[in-house]
Amino acid sequence: MTGSAFERQQLTASQKLLQIRWLFVVLVCLAGGIGGVMLYSAANGDLNPWATRHLVRFGVGLGLMIAVAVSDIRLWFRYAYVFYFVCLALLGAVEIAGSVGMGAQRWINLGFMNLQPSELMKIALVLALARYFHGVTIEEIGRPAVLLVPLLMVAAPSGLVLRQPDLGTALMLVIAAGAMFFVAGVRLWKFALVFVCGVGVLPVIWQSLHDYQRQRVLTFLNPERDPLGAGYHIIQSKIALGAGGVFGKGFLQGSQSHLNFLPEKQTDFVFTMLAEEFGLVGALGLLGVYTLMLLYGFAIAASSRSYFGRLVAVGVSMTFFLYMFINMAMVMGLIPVVGVPLPLLSYGGTAMVTLMLGFGFMMSVYVHRDVVLGRRSSGEIL
Amino acid sequence: MDRDSDRHKLISRRMFMLAAGNGVLISALAGRLYYLQVLESERYSTLADENRINLRLLPPPRGRIVDRLGRPLAVNRQDYRVFLIAEQASDVEATLDALGSLVEISDAERNRVLKELGRKRKFVPVTVRDGLDWEAVARIEVNAPDLPGISIDEGQSRYYPHGEIGAHLLGYVAAVSEKELTGDPLLEIPDFRIGKAGIEKVHDLELRGTGGSSEVEVNAVGRVIRELGRTEGQPGSDITLTIDLDLQRLALDRLEGQSGAAVVLDVHTGEVLAMASNPGFDPNAFNRGLSNKEWQALIGNPRAPLTNKAVAGTYAPGSTFKMAVALAALEKGVITPDTSFSCFGHLKLGNAKFHCWKKWGHGSMDLREALAQSCDVYFYEVAKRTGIDQITAMSKRLGLGQISGIDLPNERSGLLPDRDWKMAAIGTPWQIGETLIAGIGQGYVLTTPLQLAVMTARIANGGYAVEPRLTRAVMGLRKQEARSAEAGEALGLVPAHVQVVRDGMSRVVNGARGTARSSAIKEPGMAMAGKTGTSQVRRITKAEREAGVFKNEDLPWERRDHALFVGYAPVDAPRYAVAVIVEHGGGGSKVAAPIARDIMIASQRLDALRLAAGEAEIGDTAPAPPVGGGT
Repeated sequence: MTGSAFERQQLTASQKLLQIRWLFVVLVCLAGGIGGVMLYSAANGDLNPWATRHLVRFGVGLGLMIAVAVSDIRLWFRYAYVFYFVCLALLGAVEIAGSVGMGAQRWINLGFMNLQPSELMKIALVLALARYFHGVTIEEIGRPAVLLVPLLMVAAPSGLVLRQPDLGTALMLVIAAGAMFFVAGVRLWKFALVFVCGVGVLPVIWQSLHDYQRQRVLTFLNPERDPLGAGYHIIQSKIALGAGGVFGKGFLQGSQSHLNFLPEKQTDFVFTMLAEEFGLVGALGLLGVYTLMLLYGFAIAASSRSYFGRLVAVGVSMTFFLYMFINMAMVMGLIPVVGVPLPLLSYGGTAMVTLMLGFGFMMSVYVHRDVVLGRRSSGEIL
Repeated sequence: MDRDSDRHKLISRRMFMLAAGNGVLISALAGRLYYLQVLESERYSTLADENRINLRLLPPPRGRIVDRLGRPLAVNRQDYRVFLIAEQASDVEATLDALGSLVEISDAERNRVLKELGRKRKFVPVTVRDGLDWEAVARIEVNAPDLPGISIDEGQSRYYPHGEIGAHLLGYVAAVSEKELTGDPLLEIPDFRIGKAGIEKVHDLELRGTGGSSEVEVNAVGRVIRELGRTEGQPGSDITLTIDLDLQRLALDRLEGQSGAAVVLDVHTGEVLAMASNPGFDPNAFNRGLSNKEWQALIGNPRAPLTNKAVAGTYAPGSTFKMAVALAALEKGVITPDTSFSCFGHLKLGNAKFHCWKKWGHGSMDLREALAQSCDVYFYEVAKRTGIDQITAMSKRLGLGQISGIDLPNERSGLLPDRDWKMAAIGTPWQIGETLIAGIGQGYVLTTPLQLAVMTARIANGGYAVEPRLTRAVMGLRKQEARSAEAGEALGLVPAHVQVVRDGMSRVVNGARGTARSSAIKEPGMAMAGKTGTSQVRRITKAEREAGVFKNEDLPWERRDHALFVGYAPVDAPRYAVAVIVEHGGGGSKVAAPIARDIMIASQRLDALRLAAGEAEIGDTAPAPPVGGGT
């Protein structure tokens, strides 16, 4: 047992490549490919302006994912906090720059894509929390003081993101972090307590919400309230889904999408378009691909011997799940309209690359599943 | 290690719980998809189609109206409309200013355009001016670079190439009013025109056709993407009138400067070859839209330019009524053609004196000569013997005092009095003196020029009940034509009586002492027969009569006598009947007869032309294929 573990620690890059779960990579490529197809349709049967660029970015993301997958997990363990603070600094910088006068710019231009620090933070927070909980014993987790640090780690970026204001990202940060707290072993009654307090501060949050965000919530509760205004998107999306039926209207044949009744069909409502053109069959197909990917994530988490690895895998899986669920539930009218892209399908670089970076960490966890990490060390092998 | 193992188990358990929770939520998504895409699919499919499909009506082209030789009287003319699309114009005001320097745009129009632009979506075209001619369009086209957002559209509008000629027959078209909406969706199309008068009104449904429709796919902002399907409508039917344009023009020309009407009938078929009423109006003005001032001028004119006097003007027939009186008397047997009476200038009845138009009297005359010289005293005597009821009954058989049923709106019946009528209408018993007055076509008797023409035609054709007709064919399908001698209902007149009356009418024009002898037609074979009439519009007082002041020229226009003439030609084998009335024109022989003569000459000359043009072939013309209208 220890022998094999030792061997794993000494793997070469090519040996690591063989360790990658290639079936998972195939699933990722499948989702990205579907994204390319749908963006081709969204442009009324044109590779421009979205499909080609989407596939290029996907290629970049794929390379990044593989590279991270074969990189040493201990490196990331060591620099988890650094990564977190760099992201936090970027987030603060964007926030300050935004308030200083550059408008609502939330990104940093990298040339081939615009990087949104808030997206990167989703992964950085996962790594940082995993690193923190890795070093905490089961007894220590019971102590409230020990939970204060990770709570602050969540609160700082969430607060900054909320100020942008980006409710979707803030929600994802909080929920993904909550899932990690849960898996790390925080007592259930503490969650209950937070929940009760949350309900208590709801009116306060309501007060701090922007007008358009309040509109979205109210409209969600009753879409017919404003059929030509805020409720329009939800109604049109539901019409498109319903009109798609079981087998769909056919590729490029979605009237709701192609006649522009559907808003933002290349980004947030890309799933609606897929469901209109390929019907229930296509929609469940995509849901199946996502579910398989999620299962892989949890399987990887279960296979890792280190808490860090497990928590990273759970955090990434959870982030992925949240992207998918919030987006789909939103376009189906189950939750309010929240601007969250559909993973690997929606046009827009940062979310996809961020997610693929996360997948890279997740696969790295699998490749290094037998690597033992010290409880409080900075990555030295025990 | 135990603690580690405990924690391992805890984490595994928690991970499982988390995965299970995710599974539940994913199942919820799948369930929601099933609900939307299977259970509610039908409802949402309908909603999606409602979203994208828009039904647009295609107005059918209105049927043309042509004369009996196919010459167009009412057609659809291409016209041009300038509209403005806000999203293409950088500065709407500047564009309107630039356009205003090329074509006139009133302030009211400008305000309407700006208001509409403000109300409609930016890509919806708003009409700035319509009814533009090609010249204006050319000016705009040349300056197109300075007119961002301006486009030109072709449309069709009704056009009457001959203007006033036939205006009363054809009527006009104008925008649909609120109360004219019948549920036909065509009527709700903006700018749709329907017939408001004349043939345009009576045959509106046939001329209108049925609308087609076009199903178009529209996107979320209402822009048309493509046409999904199209149902062709039925274009309006062309209508061929019985009118002869040349004759119509001549009749109207001859009424120039007068207020009056002239009607020409084919005595065998009842076809109306000409029906002129003067003064008239330009029907094109109604299509364009009249200003309030123009409208008030038409309404306020005492000569009633909007009224078709041929069917809606009622006049005392005067002496033209004497044929009816004569026929009634002959039938009753109170006189024979050779019965003579003496005229001393008046007839005494009790204390009353009934005057002849000839102050010193005509002397002794038989019926033919009494007609020729239009002796009033002779007909006072005849009327007295015949009685009002018989006179009225005969007049009705000849077509007077009743709606003829010609396809024109606002036809009036006129009036034929009898004992019952007077009791009911006025409440006093009939006086014998009133019979005498009726005997010379005065008093209560009122007729329309068309009725007088029908009466003349029925006498001329030997007593067949021809009905006047204005429509010869609809969409190339010729209407059933009944020639009097074959299918026309005989009026039950004794041929010899009719012949006597016709002899008298011939002497009116061709006799040495006939009242219309100066209007005789000298052309061989074209000779006319007829009867003059002068109907008083006022009572001549005793004082006036004694002072000898009843020269028409000395009276104000509206108090002068109406001049009438009815006639037919050729005298031996009648084909055309004519009735002419000139309101307040003076004497029938002096004013109306020359007009009738010219019309009768033209009728017979054009007769040859019509035959040469092969009018009989109208029935063979195939209906035009359906044509889709513009959107």
